[in-house]
Amino acid sequence: MTVDDRFTKSFSETREDRPLGTRNAPVTGPVEDWATDFSHMEPEWAADPYPIQDDLRQRCPIAHTDRFGGGWLPVRYEDVAAIAYDTDRFSSRAIIMSNFRPPKEIAPIGGAPPISSDPPFHHDARKLLLPAFTKTAVGRQEPATRAFCHALIDAFDGRDVVDAAHEYAQHIPIRVIADMLGFPPADGPRFRVFVENTLEGVNLPPEQRIERMSALFDYLLAQVHEHLDNPRDDLTSYLINAELYGHKLQAEHVVGAMALLLIAGIDTTWSAIGASLWHLAKNQADRDRLLADPALLPTAMEEFLRAYAPVTMARLVKQDMQWHGVDMKADDWILLSFPAANRDSAQFDRADEVIIDREVNRHAAFGLGIHRCVGSHLARMELRVALEVWLDRIPSFSLADPGAVTWSAGQIRGPRTLPLRIG
Amino acid sequence: MKVRIDTERCQGHGRCYDLAADLFGDDEEGFGQVIGDGTVPPELEREARLAVANCPERAIELLEES
Ligand code: HEM
Ligand code: SF4
Repeated sequence: MTVDDRFTKSFSETREDRPLGTRNAPVTGPVEDWATDFSHMEPEWAADPYPIQDDLRQRCPIAHTDRFGGGWLPVRYEDVAAIAYDTDRFSSRAIIMSNFRPPKEIAPIGGAPPISSDPPFHHDARKLLLPAFTKTAVGRQEPATRAFCHALIDAFDGRDVVDAAHEYAQHIPIRVIADMLGFPPADGPRFRVFVENTLEGVNLPPEQRIERMSALFDYLLAQVHEHLDNPRDDLTSYLINAELYGHKLQAEHVVGAMALLLIAGIDTTWSAIGASLWHLAKNQADRDRLLADPALLPTAMEEFLRAYAPVTMARLVKQDMQWHGVDMKADDWILLSFPAANRDSAQFDRADEVIIDREVNRHAAFGLGIHRCVGSHLARMELRVALEVWLDRIPSFSLADPGAVTWSAGQIRGPRTLPLRIG
Repeated sequence: MKVRIDTERCQGHGRCYDLAADLFGDDEEGFGQVIGDGTVPPELEREARLAVANCPERAIELLEES
């Protein structure tokens, strides 16, 4: 067995050396007024956040909540962009709006670099990942992704109704990222649980959250050990050997970046594929157009990403300040809604309509500024291939039971149950 | 007509090299790069304008020559 001193402690052991953060008691239950009491964890938001955001854009436009220890929700494109660009006043020390704020000392690195990092460290942590995620590099995953999509559809043989969220969309990003990280494909179902625990367990008691996070980090550590024994050409071995400022990365950086790639790539892409299929299942005219003119798909895809942008981020306010007319306090959350920005009629014509041949589409689904999604080229490849293969194999499909469709709550939004009639 | 990328603003979204592959390419980190000296032949003007209009960071400049 190969020993690397960086990786000898378990996750719970390293946790003990860490400074504590602050916690608030979770507040749940129906929202009184979205302008003063918003919560992205409530079922109403999960089911359909757009009317809520449109209403706030008219009358607010920066909503507040006392939940999660206090936070703000801007809904105009202009405000969302200004915050994404202003890394001096808004920190990425935490990017999941929850009842826990990590200690200030973890900035500028944070728990999962580069998404949790601020300048100047952010740039260097990000630079390590960029070459593996260029359009050319991710293109190498395309043949295997396509074959995998076909295999998923082969397995539908003889059935009239399938759950496209569970039995199709979900599996694609899981397989792709497992391959890139060099994890056993058979572990896929466990990743699903890790993702759910990280992103959807926001209002759980702290002990339970910590226990669930330990399971993820202990899994990753086991993968690191396996890669130390059997180094190979994948992202895990790459991160273990990568250097920054003349030294190999710290263990927390290696494992944090692995966690980020695993979590950031799955729910997000799953949601984008699912929402696109949901739209096409409901809109026969759009489906027919894409079948008649497959070259329109890349343009249509950008419109699905705009209109059903799956990802909302968060920031923490660095210092007390007046900002665009509101009184922000240090450590207030900002719920940074790229989906709301994408539906601002000041930025997009007919913002509330899905126009699959929209040519001018400066959407922000992959973020804006220095944290632009590192996986955007990979996600676009997966989404395109998933839709191409589906439309090719299953040209005619519809919602089997519109009432049975469910959407995830929280910061990543997409269909989680999507029964489609394919017969 | 010429195109130019403001490298301070570009974050490598790649809309330019998706939409106008004859005018833009990417570097080894995925940032956009103008091919050649950025001169846009008349038949590519439409593509150039599309790239400008779709860059999320507003990083592409179009220099119209008189
Ligand atoms: C449709 C699918 C996806 C969407 C909509 C999406 C969206 C986003 C957004 C909005 C951000 C910005 C975060 C911020 O401003 O704080 C981001 C960051 C990030 N994403 Fe994605 N993402 C997707 C898929 C992926 C995939 C497949 C991967 C890789 C496996 C990935 C890896 C990352 C990483 C590493 C970051 C952090 C970048 C940084 O902080 O510099 N994402 N993503
Ligand atoms: S579209 Fe804009 S941000 Fe993206 S690579 Fe091109 S110039 Fe850069």
